Amino acid sequence: MAMSREEVFEKVKDVLVDALGVDDEEVTENATLQEDLGAESIDFLDIVFRLEKTFGIKIPRGELFPEEILNNPEYVEAGKLTPKGLSALKEAMPHADFAEFENDPDIAKMPNLFTVKTIVKYLTTKLAA
Amino acid sequence: MRWIWIDKFTDFQSGRSATAIKNVSLAEEHLHDHFAAYPVMPASLIVEGMAQTAGILVGEARDFQEKVILAKVKRACFRREVRPGEQLRYEATIEQVTEEAAMTRGRVFVDGEPLGDIDIVFSHIDNNLSGLKFPEENFVFTDDFKSLLRSYNVRAARTGAEDGPAR
Repeated sequence: MAMSREEVFEKVKDVLVDALGVDDEEVTENATLQEDLGAESIDFLDIVFRLEKTFGIKIPRGELFPEEILNNPEYVEAGKLTPKGLSALKEAMPHADFAEFENDPDIAKMPNLFTVKTIVKYLTTKLAA
Repeated sequence: MRWIWIDKFTDFQSGRSATAIKNVSLAEEHLHDHFAAYPVMPASLIVEGMAQTAGILVGEARDFQEKVILAKVKRACFRREVRPGEQLRYEATIEQVTEEAAMTRGRVFVDGEPLGDIDIVFSHIDNNLSGLKFPEENFVFTDDFKSLLRSYNVRAARTGAEDGPAR
């Protein structure tokens, strides 16, 4: 399906406005889902369901939001991702921007990786595949 | 006491859809406080009625093995108030059931006229994303509750019995 990045962004925005009850203008490229847009864990599922429906695609569990990395004891130490964990996460999330996170891979900061841009990038790649 | 806000199922298609009715009666005490001079069914309880219709549908789809908990009301809108003497009909449809959650769409009618829409997200809480642990016992679908459901004819309705009286 050929869709421009701008079109993808607009659709993602509509999904987030509906799923999270936020205003249009709050959904910027750099907005984080949890902190800026107030998403809770169940909202992530809702968002995935809605994206699947909107874009007519299947999003396997853990592909867009690979939170299960945290359940691997090898990957987490004293509340931070180990180098092994960080590279696993990077591999699982090629669509995310790690520039800031990799300086201090505190798992409490992991939600900051989930931005509107992350979703748009994930979808743009997926739709082009 | 059981917290039940539907009177019976009139249709039950396993894993697909369910229809339940609720007769609103002035014998319900809360209506006298909501409001004394003007009793109306609280909208929150209309949402609860849909959550029960849809929640039982979702639970039955997995043989009541999951603990099905209302996680999010995606949409709830109503066109008017509901008064004593009127009958609500809840029509719930499963949109998607996965290992960790389910989404349902619902339409509500009052005395046959469209009243509103209620869409819900349920969590199968043993498979929740935050990894929290819950008691082994299924406190949502208890044995007592399942007996009641049998009286609603939910099992037998799996074959598609329509609009028959609850046995």
